[in-house]
Amino acid sequence: MADLITNIAGLTMKNPVMTASGTFGYGVEFSDFVNLEDIGGIIVKGTTLKPREGNDYPRMVETASGMLNCVGLQNKGVDYFCENIYPEIKDIKTNMIVNVSGSCPEDYAECAARINELDNIPAIELNISCPNVRQGGMAFGVTTEGAQSVVRAVRDVYKKTLIVKLSPNVTSVSDIALAVQDAGADAVSLINTLMGMVIDIEKRKPVLSIATGGMSGPAVKPVAVRCVWQVAKAVSVPVIGLGGIMTAEDAIEFLLAGASAIEIGTANFIDPTVTVKVTNGINDWLDRHGCRSVSEIIGQVNA
Amino acid sequence: MRKFVKDLTVAGVDYPHERYVLLKLTDDELLPEMLPGQFVEVKVEDSPKTFLRRPISINYVDRESNQLWLLIQLVGEGTRKLAKLRCGDKLNVVFPLGNGFSPMGQKGEKVLLVGGGVGVAPLLNYGKELSESGAKPVFLLGARSKSDLLELDMFKAIAPVYITTEDGSVGEKGFVTQHSLLETETFDRISVCGPKPMMVSVARYAKSKGIPCEVSLENMMACGVGACLCCVEKTVKGNVCVCKNGPVFPTDQLTWDL
Repeated sequence: MADLITNIAGLTMKNPVMTASGTFGYGVEFSDFVNLEDIGGIIVKGTTLKPREGNDYPRMVETASGMLNCVGLQNKGVDYFCENIYPEIKDIKTNMIVNVSGSCPEDYAECAARINELDNIPAIELNISCPNVRQGGMAFGVTTEGAQSVVRAVRDVYKKTLIVKLSPNVTSVSDIALAVQDAGADAVSLINTLMGMVIDIEKRKPVLSIATGGMSGPAVKPVAVRCVWQVAKAVSVPVIGLGGIMTAEDAIEFLLAGASAIEIGTANFIDPTVTVKVTNGINDWLDRHGCRSVSEIIGQVNA
Repeated sequence: MRKFVKDLTVAGVDYPHERYVLLKLTDDELLPEMLPGQFVEVKVEDSPKTFLRRPISINYVDRESNQLWLLIQLVGEGTRKLAKLRCGDKLNVVFPLGNGFSPMGQKGEKVLLVGGGVGVAPLLNYGKELSESGAKPVFLLGARSKSDLLELDMFKAIAPVYITTEDGSVGEKGFVTQHSLLETETFDRISVCGPKPMMVSVARYAKSKGIPCEVSLENMMACGVGACLCCVEKTVKGNVCVCKNGPVFPTDQLTWDL
């Protein structure tokens, strides 16, 4: 049994496996399938200052080895989260992390400040990379100035572990990563979805209601591994890797590329028990390769 | 209600029609409680174009043989792959999902069950349970042609069956909402599953007569458990997940133009 304990900027996790925002609900949706406390960290659905209805249906289309979505951050707002959802999840014995989004730095900061008051939420993941909302979201994540403006505003009011989720839809993801590190991020997670489009050729119309959506699933994994590798070389803060992880072997790739932890997203839709399988598989792989701890392989790709 | 992910065993494969397969699944353990109108999500193996699970309504639960039946329309590579399953094969299933039809009402309650196409599938199970609970279900089934009517003997064994076909090859010619039954009989409530235009027209009929009506929706979905928020339907309470809050909705909760 290898030591799977992972540390992300003061956040201690029993293993490096987390769930990606928007793919695991608030965790409780999956409690019939897995013991939630076996998961290193659960990043719950994107939360905004005010309630959001999200985009119109259709919001999802299947693609080759993946899918596009344009959910558009549907959520009931941070007040509802604090009053109704937090009491339901606060006693789950793992790192319950809230993904925070917004349409201006002030909204991000106010939302983060509210969550800062919740004792059992040890970290937030700042979403500056959602491709599915017109105002904000990815707009902040594609320039160093935009990214810094949000991270600075949040850093001023948020005292716990601050993870910033990065977009791959940029010229240099390393430049953005360095910028958010300078602005006070404790860790970065990447990649958010890749912007894509599917056209219904009979109707000559896009399938998704807002034409474009974020692509996820195993099809994006090589892009994600490349981004993680580039960013891990550039920054000094821990990197959390995600994008198309379906198996323990996929997760090992991200760890070798330089990720200290990984998030599983779309794979939860295919196998609701995948988190536990990946955790066990990482342990088996480490044992087979004579590694005593997961930390031994982080960033150990020979490139 | 507890959900499971299990490798069920294929105990029977029937082909009631060239475009349908009926899979009969079983398990070494007793199958869990399932409500009429709930659905399952099946994983399709070795089908490169099928990434996501496929949501399939529960057609029938046979407690004596411990079987769960899925009546599947063959529409793409994934469902065609399912039609190639053989007895003894395993099928990975997440179930039971969704809310299901309204619970059983009082004895003697007259419930009209309207189905079209593969939408007839969940009505079989619902009709059986309604009948066993002392209600009086009546089936009204619509199809293009005689050969498109599925599991007719099963339906007839449960309750009276009325039929419309578009070509008039059996039953009355036309659409379900044109059936004379709707003029001569009255019902306490109506449940519908089928193509959206059919559900809308039945919902309009129900509204005009003041009869409570519920419909089973089949929006495109991914997770099946209310996590991804992809399959939402607009309701009077905003966007809600068809997979978790549905698939069955009272029509007065929807924003359809009735």
